[in-house]
Amino acid sequence: MPLLQVKDMSHDFGGLRAVNNYNLSIEPAQIRGLIGPNGAGKTTIFNLITGIYKPTEGSIIFNGHNIVGKFPHEIASMGIGRTFQNLRLWRHMTVLEHVKMAQYSKITYGIIGAFFGTAKRNREEAEIEERAFKLLDMLGIKELSDQKVVNLPYGAQRKVEIARALATEPKILLLDEPTAGMNPEELAQMMDFIRQIHSELGLAIFLIEHRLRVIMELCEIVQTLVFGEVIAEGPPDEIKNNPKVIEAYLGKEMVA
Amino acid sequence: MEANSSKKKGRISRVRHWCSKHFSDVPLLSWLIGAPVAAVLEDFVGTPLALGLGLPKVPVLFGFVLMLKKPLLIPSILIYMILIYILPVVVTAKLTAPLFNRLASKLLNVSGRLSVVIHLLLLYAGLHLWSSISAYRLLTLKLTLIAVMVTLSLNVINGYMGEFSCSHPGFMALGAYGASVFTVLLFVNDKIFGPAHLPAYLAPYMFPIALILGGCLASLGALAIAIPSFRTRGDYLAIISLAFMFIVKSMIENLEVVGGPRGLSSQPDLAALPIVFIWAVLCIWITNNFVRSTMGKALNAVRDNELAADAMTVNTRRTKIIAFLFGAFWAGVAGGLFAHVLRYVNPGTFGIQKLAEVLAMVYFGGLNSVYGSILGAVSLSLLSEMLRPLEMLKWIIIPLLLILLMIFRPTGLISFKEFDVIKLIQPRNNSREKS
Ligand SMILES: Nc1ncnc2c1ncn2[C@@H]1O[C@H](COP(=O)(O)OP(=O)(O)OP(=O)(O)O)[C@@H](O)[C@H]1O
Ligand SMILES: [Mg+2]
Repeated sequence: MPLLQVKDMSHDFGGLRAVNNYNLSIEPAQIRGLIGPNGAGKTTIFNLITGIYKPTEGSIIFNGHNIVGKFPHEIASMGIGRTFQNLRLWRHMTVLEHVKMAQYSKITYGIIGAFFGTAKRNREEAEIEERAFKLLDMLGIKELSDQKVVNLPYGAQRKVEIARALATEPKILLLDEPTAGMNPEELAQMMDFIRQIHSELGLAIFLIEHRLRVIMELCEIVQTLVFGEVIAEGPPDEIKNNPKVIEAYLGKEMVA
Repeated sequence: MEANSSKKKGRISRVRHWCSKHFSDVPLLSWLIGAPVAAVLEDFVGTPLALGLGLPKVPVLFGFVLMLKKPLLIPSILIYMILIYILPVVVTAKLTAPLFNRLASKLLNVSGRLSVVIHLLLLYAGLHLWSSISAYRLLTLKLTLIAVMVTLSLNVINGYMGEFSCSHPGFMALGAYGASVFTVLLFVNDKIFGPAHLPAYLAPYMFPIALILGGCLASLGALAIAIPSFRTRGDYLAIISLAFMFIVKSMIENLEVVGGPRGLSSQPDLAALPIVFIWAVLCIWITNNFVRSTMGKALNAVRDNELAADAMTVNTRRTKIIAFLFGAFWAGVAGGLFAHVLRYVNPGTFGIQKLAEVLAMVYFGGLNSVYGSILGAVSLSLLSEMLRPLEMLKWIIIPLLLILLMIFRPTGLISFKEFDVIKLIQPRNNSREKS
């Protein structure tokens, strides 16, 4: 059974059909890619899966449950983690606080614990903190834990966003252009980072990318989206040589 | 102008340097023991000293009122302040520092909570002795403690959560009237509410219930705002909450049962200083617990980026509603205390001027900070009392001060700082012993 399955999903913004008849099937521990020109509807697909928008048509089955109509926080707690194309970090919080915050759904001490600082709350907070440190340590950014995120360089901020998403303990991680705006050195680091996450945590990854190199090296299967429709799907080599893809997408950016 | 101000800054930093050099080893415990010492001293020699210095009587609120009325007396007032307050506190603090550092670390080893309680007892002793000299001082102190509660509870909404709520006077009104009706109904022979239903000796025990009832009433009002405001994203809260404040005010004005615009009086005398102090401490303690937990930090996540908070499993709507009702609850409790301190309330108190006052305290003191709210409430309450003789001019000076602050420190005096009580009460001997 696929981990995440999207069937015939469409979405309209007013009169604009941003996503049309989209289908997707991701197996556990698979890495998949999604490419397409600007405005193709890639981010919209992420927003539909994570519940920010409700699809006009179609169904989204995650782990056997239809998640259409659920709140974003419910979908996140079920095991869909994500990052954002434009960083959405919490500017007044430290790295450690980010990773603790993302464990919100595991809190059981409730408002009584929060108000009165009960023993249960202290215990749970300590557990959350320990898990946070462990994750940061695994990702090699433990030394940043006390830093406010706004003081970090761009590449590190991207890593923090991924770390935060991982703290929700997702079964699938949606990465929206994780290498956007990075220089070649940061790019190489980020690719290693993603590979490391995948091998150590064994989760599925669904990746939006503009750079073909990243897709080629990381993904097993790639979809190409143009004007909200998938025009090609297959292994990266095939996609690279597909005439439709070259015409619609790569033509502009790769040939130049 | 600029050279002057930089020179001034240099002097300030030199003073700060000097202070940190000489007082960095003084634990909080020593400072707190200094306060009752000064207060006792004032009790014994205050009056003769004041008269000897040519002052009409003991300066009630640090002599500011007197300074404004008779500038010629400023030197005498300063001498009084130094002799009665500054010197005794500094000397006691410095002398007891070595002993109290050891004591503080012992206490902390035994139990953090116990140590906190002892610090609070000392603080209370200082305040009690200081305020026992005049009824005006006592009243100002009680109202200041209440202002701290109101400010902190609004900071939870406007600072920690980053929304803009204007309904705090309305919540205070609900709490004030809710608690008053409860106590008057039960314990007072009243024209409207009839004879007392319970014997008076029960009143102190029922007072917490009255306050909590007032708080819950305010929370209920808050729910009426929260449901429409937090349903969708967008800035509806400011306008809805402002409307709410006016609605509550005019509703009470038209409610003859509670006296209408004339107000409600004859509340039993239940809000003595220790009671107000305990509630203020409770408010600070619970709020601080809340905002330092991961659950409370969710407020910051909602403020800084709500979409990200959602995607990180935070139930943002619930978070916002809880925080809003929480803030309203404490405003309601503060309102109940307020009514029983003055033993009279009228709806006119809870209008736009109160709102301006509370907002000023929140933004002046500092957003997202318990320190900030305490500082903001205390400094503006005192300032407002001190500038009273200036009458109209006061309402030019205070806003001017706020504008200046907004220019130079847009988030307030002490913003975004964690209130870590254990750190505060720690012994301070390490720096000296090492060097
Ligand atoms: N909230 C919205 N309301 C209306 N239109 C929207 C909204 N969000 C996206 N769109 C439109 O939907 C289309 C798809 O946008 P989307 O952001 O999904 O593209 P994308 O493939 O992620 O592009 P990019 O590579 O630039 O990130 C665009 O035409 C965009 O203008
Ligand atoms: Mg996009």
